[in-house]
Formats: sequence, C-alpha cells, structure tokens
Amino acid sequence: MHHEQTKVLRELQELEFAALELNLYLDTHPEDQDALKTFNEVVTRLAKARINYEEKHGPLLNFGFCAPRQVGWQWIEEPWPWEI
Amino acid sequence: MWLYEKKLQYPVKVSNRDLRMAKFLLTQYGGPDGELSAAVKYLNQRYTMPTNRAKGTLTDIGTEELAHWEIIATMIYKLMKGATPEELRRAGLGSHYAMHGDALFPADANGVPWTAAYIQAHGDPVADLQDNMAGEQKARATYEHLIDLTDDPDLRDTLRFLREREVVHFQRFGELLDHVQGYMNSKKYF
Repeated sequence: MHHEQTKVLRELQELEFAALELNLYLDTHPEDQDALKTFNEVVTRLAKARINYEEKHGPLLNFGFCAPRQVGWQWIEEPWPWEI
Repeated sequence: MWLYEKKLQYPVKVSNRDLRMAKFLLTQYGGPDGELSAAVKYLNQRYTMPTNRAKGTLTDIGTEELAHWEIIATMIYKLMKGATPEELRRAGLGSHYAMHGDALFPADANGVPWTAAYIQAHGDPVADLQDNMAGEQKARATYEHLIDLTDDPDLRDTLRFLREREVVHFQRFGELLDHVQGYMNSKKYF
C-alpha cells in the first residue's frame, strides 16, 4: 500500500473510531449535550475525510453508499483489507 | 440491513509469519469467548430488549464485534500466508490443513468448530446483560493471554486495541444494566 494511502486511511480510521466511541457512549448517555456536540464535530470532519479518501482510492461502502462512479466500477479493483 | 466498509477498524501489521500464533489466535475467531460469539450473541439478543437504549447499544456493539472478527481473520490470514503443508503440520495445524486447506475456519485454538451452544439468550434483559458483561471480561482475559504469547510489537499493538474495546463494552453494558433495572423497577415488573 502506498504511503499516502496508508496515511489518509489512518486518519479515516481515527475519525471513524472517535465517531464509533461517541456513538456507544451516547447510546447509554443520550442526555449528554457535550458529547453530542463533540459527536457532531467528528461527523463533519469524517464526512470530509471520507469524500477525500473515496476520490483517490475508490468507494468505502457497498450498495450505493458512495458518490456516483465516474471512472468505472472501482469497488472490486482496490485491494481488500486483509491484503494490504 | 448491514453495509460493508472496505477497511479495517484498526490496522493489522504482521512482522513475520508465525503459524503457532495464528493457531492461538483462532480462539478469538471461533472459540467460546471470541468475536463471532459476541457478535451473534448481541445481534440476536437485541430483539427482545425492553428499552431503546438497550436495543441501540446491542445493535452497535454487535456490529463493532463483526469488525473485530475481521481484524482477527486478517491477523490469522497474514500470519499463515504462504506456509507449506509441512510448516503447518509442524505448527500443529496439520489437521486444519487436512480439513480446510489454506482457508480460515471458525474453530477454536484446538480446532473445535464454533457452535451456537457457546452463547445464550434468555429473553430476560438482566440475565442477558450480566452474561454479556461476563463475556467481555472473558474476552479481555483471553486477549491478555494472547499478548503474553507473542513478542511481535505490531501484533501486540492491535491485540491491545482489541483488549481495550472489551473494557469499554463492559462499561457500556454495566451502564445499560443499571438503566434496564431502573426501567423494570419503575414498571413494577419482576
């Protein structure tokens, strides 16, 4: 895997982890407004990071949860997570 | 409905092929306290949980367990990649090769196949959540044993991440248990 891809993937993993962790916390603390604010900030940054990654390295999600594919069916072109 | 995201939750880097470690890691792939057991247990229990907090937490933690199952699979796959049948045999994986070739298979470290008998659902939220809290502690202990069994720094890093997730899930289930007990007492339901 290219160094640049490793770096942006790592950023994406960090942001997704922050969102996941806040999501689990909010499941049992839905009244916590500070956590909700932090969650919303992470979601905004995550959306940007996801668009940035997908433009360069293809779709992250299957079943249409990506931007329209202009350059062909990239989903099966990129290596799988256990291969990189 | 579920979606697949084409990335790991946490990076898996493997320094060297290590067939013995791959064999040990199988316990978290298809063993009693492994990630498959946790995912199936939580995603199956959620339907009869009494509150939305409980349904949401079981859905979300159950989904994260599937991501951990993929991390364990990736570790095993990378640790075994390119091994010859003779090397597999010397590492105690000869019977695995005989039955499954190079494929992964959800069995424990001794080759015993995964079974739904490892998990339970009682339709009783207090019993189920206590069971889940115990499950998280058993998985934490297992990860500590696995960390003790390798000196590969990259592998240990990923195993430490997975260990930490068990601690967080235990915490969330404990909060959920308090919440569910409060709800049931308010309903005067015993």
